[in-house]
Amino acid sequence: MKPARFDYACPGTLGGALALLAEQGPEASILAGGQSLMPMLNLRMARPALLVDINRIPGLDAITLLDGVLTIGARARHADVLTSPLVQQAAPLLIQALHHVAHPAIRNRGTLGGSLALADPAAEMPACVTCLGATLVLASASGERRVPAASFFLGVYATALEHGEMILRVEIPAIRPGWIHAFLEVSRRHGDYAMAGLALAIRRDGAHVAEASIALCGVESATRRQTEAEAALVARGVDAACDRFAHLDAMGGAEITAAHRIHLARVLLRRAVGAQD
Amino acid sequence: MELPDESTADIACILNGEPIRARVPLRQNLVDWLRHGVGLTGSHVGCEHGVCGACHVQVDGVVVRGCLMLAVQADRATVETIEGATSSGRIRALQDAFFNRAALQCGFCTPGMLLQAAELLAKNSDPTREEIRQALSGNYCRCTGYHAIVDAVQAAAASLRA
Repeated sequence: MKPARFDYACPGTLGGALALLAEQGPEASILAGGQSLMPMLNLRMARPALLVDINRIPGLDAITLLDGVLTIGARARHADVLTSPLVQQAAPLLIQALHHVAHPAIRNRGTLGGSLALADPAAEMPACVTCLGATLVLASASGERRVPAASFFLGVYATALEHGEMILRVEIPAIRPGWIHAFLEVSRRHGDYAMAGLALAIRRDGAHVAEASIALCGVESATRRQTEAEAALVARGVDAACDRFAHLDAMGGAEITAAHRIHLARVLLRRAVGAQD
Repeated sequence: MELPDESTADIACILNGEPIRARVPLRQNLVDWLRHGVGLTGSHVGCEHGVCGACHVQVDGVVVRGCLMLAVQADRATVETIEGATSSGRIRALQDAFFNRAALQCGFCTPGMLLQAAELLAKNSDPTREEIRQALSGNYCRCTGYHAIVDAVQAAAASLRA
């Protein structure tokens, strides 16, 4: 089980990488952490003509918190995001979720941008950045553009990224006073793909949920804001929000049925909001 | 992999404390180079898609899957395999504990287990059994059922704290 042949480039600058991506178009793949691309190469599910290794481009892994915006470079490793005091302070949802992302050796190499660009429907990070209302900054040889997370994820392994583009960084509004984050997940074993996962940000007014943001992973083929369930949660409580999950376009499959994923999403929402199962 | 027209690159890295230069096929992964190019066969090749953890090696101070990194990416890196970790003595307490508790049978997973457990103990000198299981969740053992491995990591942690 070895990869097919490819050419390999390891540009030292962002401009160099973007030029290669523009030149090669769909024949090029970006190699960041490689924790999903390398298996796909080994299994020959992916056969790019050129790998553009972005691991030597300076600054792509920076994490900063400025004026209420947490900015995480696309190549920030999961392990570094997980242990970042800035992330803990501004986006505790990511810390909670990253404990569910694979295993330590994978987190040592895997990157936030890689997870977002891959858009595996079971992956935690797409749901988190969607829940938090993040903005993805994309770059190509012709410039930068900003895409809200809510319109970035289009389907299974499908995103708004165009050929020649790469994710540069993710901008996340820092958690505001009174808000609480929760990430919960059910998987067969720790670190396995989510059978269902739930990213939740809420602000309570007494016992009442005054505002909510919900995104799921492992349920629908593309993560999105669950606006109907959010509205129901605020207006009528967790039972009403769980009712709205009946409308989910859940993925099926021989091992985990759509109905089971919806059941798990409801269980997780009740747990996260603090109601009884 | 060693076809006459195979594209290659020249790399230079520090391997188990010694500088080394090599010409590697572009598509060769790190663990295959270590085993077939250098002859360090302590790192094992199991699943070749990042699931089993048998190929763990340390690169620039952190444990990584040797099958999910290209050899060419080790250029200018500092790499340590189970052979280096053994000869330096830095995982001796874990190795003793694995031996004493019989935390291995066939031994195929053991190098990967030891390196990952060492990374855990470097960060957490007194992990709970649950923390040990989480840290080793990406390392498959098909012999022991894991119980003895968790025992051994706990015992090693205790001996290191003593």
